[in-house]
Amino acid sequence: MLNKNLYLILIISLVFAISFWIGFNVNLLPAEASINAPIYDELFKILFIIGLIIFIGMTIAVIYSLFKFRKRNDQIGDGIALEGNLSLEIVWTIIPSIIVLLIGLYSYNIYDRMGGMKELNHNHEMMSSNTEKIWAGISQTSDNEIAINNLSIEVSAMQFAFLFNYPKGNFISGELHVPVDQKVSMKMESKDVIHAFWVPEFRIKQDIIPGQPTILNFTPTKVGKYPIICAELCGPYHGGMRASIIVEEESDYNEWFNKNKKPEVNL
Amino acid sequence: MTISIDPQKTNNESLQPKGWLRYFSFSLDHKVIGIQYLVCGFLFYLIGGTLASAIRIELASPMSDFMPRDVYNQVLTLHGTIMIFLWIVPVVNGAFGNYLIPFYVGARDMAFPRLNAVAFWLIPPSGLMLVASYFVEGAAQAGWTAYPPLSITTPQSGQIIWILSVLLLGGSSIFGGINFIATIIKLRRPGLKLMQLPMYCWAMLGTSLLVVLSTPVLAGTLILLSFDIIANTGFFNPVLGGNVVVYQHLFWFYSHPAVYIMVLPAFGLVSEILPVHARKPLFGYTTMVFSIMGIVVLGLVVWAHHMFTSGTPPWMRLFFTIATAFIAVPTGIKFFNWVATLWGGKISINSAILFSCGFIINFVFGGITGVALAQVPFDIHVHDTYFVVAHFHYIVYGGTVFIIFSSIYHWFPKVTGKMLNEKLGILHFIITFIGFNLCFAPQHWLGLNGMPRRVAEYDPQFQFVNQISSLGALLMAISTIPFLINVFLSVRNGQNAGDNPWNALTPEWLTSSPPPVENWEGEAPLVEEPYGYGKEISEQK
Repeated sequence: MLNKNLYLILIISLVFAISFWIGFNVNLLPAEASINAPIYDELFKILFIIGLIIFIGMTIAVIYSLFKFRKRNDQIGDGIALEGNLSLEIVWTIIPSIIVLLIGLYSYNIYDRMGGMKELNHNHEMMSSNTEKIWAGISQTSDNEIAINNLSIEVSAMQFAFLFNYPKGNFISGELHVPVDQKVSMKMESKDVIHAFWVPEFRIKQDIIPGQPTILNFTPTKVGKYPIICAELCGPYHGGMRASIIVEEESDYNEWFNKNKKPEVNL
Repeated sequence: MTISIDPQKTNNESLQPKGWLRYFSFSLDHKVIGIQYLVCGFLFYLIGGTLASAIRIELASPMSDFMPRDVYNQVLTLHGTIMIFLWIVPVVNGAFGNYLIPFYVGARDMAFPRLNAVAFWLIPPSGLMLVASYFVEGAAQAGWTAYPPLSITTPQSGQIIWILSVLLLGGSSIFGGINFIATIIKLRRPGLKLMQLPMYCWAMLGTSLLVVLSTPVLAGTLILLSFDIIANTGFFNPVLGGNVVVYQHLFWFYSHPAVYIMVLPAFGLVSEILPVHARKPLFGYTTMVFSIMGIVVLGLVVWAHHMFTSGTPPWMRLFFTIATAFIAVPTGIKFFNWVATLWGGKISINSAILFSCGFIINFVFGGITGVALAQVPFDIHVHDTYFVVAHFHYIVYGGTVFIIFSSIYHWFPKVTGKMLNEKLGILHFIITFIGFNLCFAPQHWLGLNGMPRRVAEYDPQFQFVNQISSLGALLMAISTIPFLINVFLSVRNGQNAGDNPWNALTPEWLTSSPPPVENWEGEAPLVEEPYGYGKEISEQK
């Protein structure tokens, strides 16, 4: 009996060890290029390790049972008439409940750090009727901060392209240029069907919905060129609906911005 | 009450065709209807599988070069719709439910045999209509989710036929659900208590409640969508002041429970199969029943987890995260109980048990990615990517379809009186298991690294992994060959099964194989312990 328990403990610790090793050494995610990315990857790692422990454990249990309890040729009759075990069943109800609850609270914390729980300004809009209704999105900054931020960009999506309007510079670009390490705030609206704005290296995505603007805030942390991908089926050329986001040093960005800037038209 | 059951046995029986012709008739026999559902579903599975192969051929190269882009969207729309509404839902509910439930409750037929036949005969015409819509103006091409405004702006006739077809199939599903609830509650043999029913009855009771509660919402939604398309109303059309997110709420109010409509019956079926072949009672009967009902209740309040990147307020995202993740608890209980059922048994290693164990392994994997996807911050990155495609194929193919095959190996001797060939069956399992995992496991990586779903073209860096996935799909296609050969050979000259080849204790085995029209020659047996394996031996000691 003692031997049996020893083996069990040994196998469980081996499953944990393997899962932790894989969790820390196997990277399944693309480069981290925004403030959100390392926060996301932290959550991913935790979920990956817990998932591996459960998956490897269950798989071993199934394969072991099939092998150990297989019916030998000379055997007749049935297995043991065991109909249940209340304490065991309570254990495997309570432990998963606790794990699930902890994961939920932890991911709430992650979501909060990503800016997902910030109130969008659609709560204020009830008082003043002329402000536009912001439907949803991820906001890392308060509304006032966005208002004074130079980097507010208006995104319009249509079949099958993204257009980026820089109101401060009065120009529209097909490529999204942003300076590194600065908060960017985007207000997005679709001209036709639902699209989605996704940058895998930033770990952010937000649907772009016709008739209801959405916002998406992010802070890039790594200079480079990353794909912007439409993630919502939007028609025959959906797979080709891509653009690029170019994260540059501030001086390069300013140079690009001033080159494209158009003077304000006075009416 | 007896009026609805009796006519079939008196006047109509002499009018019913005999032999194989009865499978093409408006038969009122629940066993015939069950087989009609199964064979009809399998034919659509072959069509849906062919479409899946076309998708994987297209995705073997990064460019859109195998078929035109709009045809690709039609193919993926038809693939999803056929597999869900014409294969999985009709087979795990209609086929096995019709065949088994009357046996399990000790009845001679379903509560409403005519309604039952109508429910089946709605399926072939709506399925054919759906497939034929390809030849009209092009089939629907807005995905099986048919999100407006895309579904309003794409060619209209295909979309309208799609809506009509899904409405008919939904109607069929509701008829079936009402029938199952009535049969399980009202037609139980005297003396048979609810807590003595085989687990599949509980699964079907829960599933039918979900069908009856949520399918009408889908029907209403699709009718509003069809008004938007043909009558220029503006329920979901933003140009006319409609709201596209409302459609998503209404759609997922049905379509998330639809996942449980597809997996709960499979949970029931595996609970029947494992105890027989492991020669042990089902572990934790009572907790299994409560788990099913827990999944039914929770399953109704998790729909918005499909919309974390659409417009949903933060508090709502939080609620749906917690509710969704908690489904893992009752589901987990069931999986622990199944492993405990195997533990200490005398397991006959055969095709049925292998497919069931394949199901456990695949579904645990899909369940783990499901709990991850329930977390809002996790979902935001992978929503609408191949990660999600991989996740739900692990649930519906690795889960439910594996159980459909397991059930076919288990109940084939009941239906035909012949055994299926075990060697071909095990070959079928091995190719399916390897092919399935080769096809879908790599897709998790694709999604995490930037490949969205429903695309005909993709970044060339993903080509190699996509080709592995396509190779897996090829194996899955090949795996149907040994299965079909096996079925055809065994129907003709399979080994004689006898009445009860597995020595099973559930009531369907306590009659001849194949069973007589009235299920039992005499009175229906009272089975108080459908899982009483090992009992007699301990009593003898």
